[in-house]
Amino acid sequence: MIRTAWLVAKKDLLIERRSRVLLWQVLPFGAMALLLSGLALGPAHAGTSSAGPGLFYLVMLFVALLMINRSYVIESTPGTRASVQTLGLDPAGVFLGKSLALCVELWLSGLVLLAGTVLVLHTGLHGALVALPSVLVTLAAMSAAGTLYGALTAGAQGAATLLPVLTLPAFAPLLVAGERSFSAALTHSGLWEWWLIVAVALVAYVGVGILLYGVLEES
Amino acid sequence: MIKQLSQRLLGPVTLLCLALTFWLGLWVTPPDRVQGNLVRLLYVHPAVAWVALYVSFGTATIASILYLWKRTRSFTMDRIAHCAMEVSVVFIVLTLITGSIWGRPTWGVWWAWDARLTSTAILGVLAVGYLALRRANDDSTLRARRSAVFAILSAINVPIIHFSVQWWKTLHQGATVFTSNRQLLVHGSMAWTLLLSFVGFTLLFFWLLRARYRLEVLRESTQQMMLDEALLLRQREGVM
Amino acid sequence: MAKDLVVTLHDAVVLSSGFPLLSGVELEIEAQTLSVVTGANGAGKTSLLRLLAGLVSLSSGEGTVAGIDLVNGDLRQLRRRVGWLGHEGSFYNDLSVRENLVFAASALERPLDDIDAAAHRVGLGSRLETTTKALSAGQRRRLGLAWLLLRRAELWLLDEPYASLDDQGRVFFDALLADVVDAGASVVLSAHDPLRSATLHPREIVVRGGRVAGGAS
Repeated sequence: MIRTAWLVAKKDLLIERRSRVLLWQVLPFGAMALLLSGLALGPAHAGTSSAGPGLFYLVMLFVALLMINRSYVIESTPGTRASVQTLGLDPAGVFLGKSLALCVELWLSGLVLLAGTVLVLHTGLHGALVALPSVLVTLAAMSAAGTLYGALTAGAQGAATLLPVLTLPAFAPLLVAGERSFSAALTHSGLWEWWLIVAVALVAYVGVGILLYGVLEES
Repeated sequence: MIKQLSQRLLGPVTLLCLALTFWLGLWVTPPDRVQGNLVRLLYVHPAVAWVALYVSFGTATIASILYLWKRTRSFTMDRIAHCAMEVSVVFIVLTLITGSIWGRPTWGVWWAWDARLTSTAILGVLAVGYLALRRANDDSTLRARRSAVFAILSAINVPIIHFSVQWWKTLHQGATVFTSNRQLLVHGSMAWTLLLSFVGFTLLFFWLLRARYRLEVLRESTQQMMLDEALLLRQREGVM
Repeated sequence: MAKDLVVTLHDAVVLSSGFPLLSGVELEIEAQTLSVVTGANGAGKTSLLRLLAGLVSLSSGEGTVAGIDLVNGDLRQLRRRVGWLGHEGSFYNDLSVRENLVFAASALERPLDDIDAAAHRVGLGSRLETTTKALSAGQRRRLGLAWLLLRRAELWLLDEPYASLDDQGRVFFDALLADVVDAGASVVLSAHDPLRSATLHPREIVVRGGRVAGGAS
């Protein structure tokens, strides 16, 4: 399982490094979304609002949706899916590998957009650094959940539009927990329950993914 | 014999329970000291929410688990899960509407960022998502598997969503029927009417589920006839 | 002495969106043979190959492929034992030829040393570092073959493998298929028309209306 996970993660990240979709398409989109968030707040609030953490996670959520979709688009080029299916890869390993690659991509995007939040929305740098561990864990949970939901919609009619409908409800608690723990970091108050939600979600999604990914792959 | 009798009686008993609930709720039970006549929603909203959140979603989840379990795997389980989820959408919408009607005079707004309200709305999106997922997959086996996994994921999500939103902010009144020490908060005719409403709406769910299930079986048999015809036509292509 | 059967299908039906792709196939294929499935567009050639590869499940009927039951058997096991080459190609466009082959070899737990030999065998020795999306249609087909050579599958399933191949490619392909059968594997390929090969003498399986309409040995 671990060997397959490593193989799949390496392959996904290599494809990402070659295609540069994250760098040239997704990150500019994220930066633009962050700027638009500031514009939506209005000139009076754009630089002084406490909405930074919430807007950061909202933008990350959109970025995650794009990257989950991308993670399955690379598998669905004509012929690839059938050929990879005949390699007989361990489904639990494929799930872990795809989650890992998505996690690395979301971490990279998260770091860039976190810097953007500090710069554009004037969120405190120290607070953002304190919030970093919680941001990384939340994004890891998003990756595991996203990989599962991506597999649910892969190859379905209107997969790109179906994905957000199925994924957003699952992301709701992660958004809440992530935003609260980020805000807590800014105000220097620890809120253990948010860590608990993210940890439970991460463990639950990884566990369910390992158990059920094979069911989703079979047709 | 008993099965036939219970199936035949399900509809009339459901109607009787609901008619009694409405009669008791509207005319026999007294108004509340604080909420006045608004309290009469107590005989609709909690029971509808109970069916939406626990009975129907629970039925869909259990049927989905039984579908994925190899020993009990059959399209009957998939059909039950699908039908229960469809009925669930109806009850979730009813829960939100009756909750809003109750919330407007109590909280002063139709929608509040309350834990139960928000998590019920998210649950509604999950249920609609389940139905959308089914429509997006043509292959019956793939559809059944994907929907079963999604139903289980949704069931796992429900408590996570609930606690997250509850910790986030809550306005909702506390437990309606029992205190945390399991002591009844509602007494006398109000308690009996409340109990009857739970029985009535639960029976209504099973009645609707049965009707929807029968419809689904009919739809599938029509589809099978069309398939047989398509198969014959396809085979004739080979002869010509 | 009767030869072993690598494929047996009885009244095999495969449905997709309510349409019968296969409408009751009766078929037996002996091991270590070369068969070519022919038929018009939409006759069911690709669906038949996909069924044999375990990529679609039987809607009704019964069958075994490489000893694995298509109804109750482990289709994942079956997929590991067959080699599939779709007519669209079978690899990641953003990876180089070598990276694609490394991925396939690692997934199949084959030695990476086999990669150079496989690439040279199909004439892609000088293209190992080329990105796959830069390959021509014929070269992509050759890459698919290299992918299959790494597999050492017992049943090769090739969907219209002669499409996009030039005359030189056809001759090369004929020789390769002959070697594969000599080495003990079975090959089933699809084509629009009967195979025009000077060296190969495959069994022809004619598919029409989702059924096997006839065949000559």
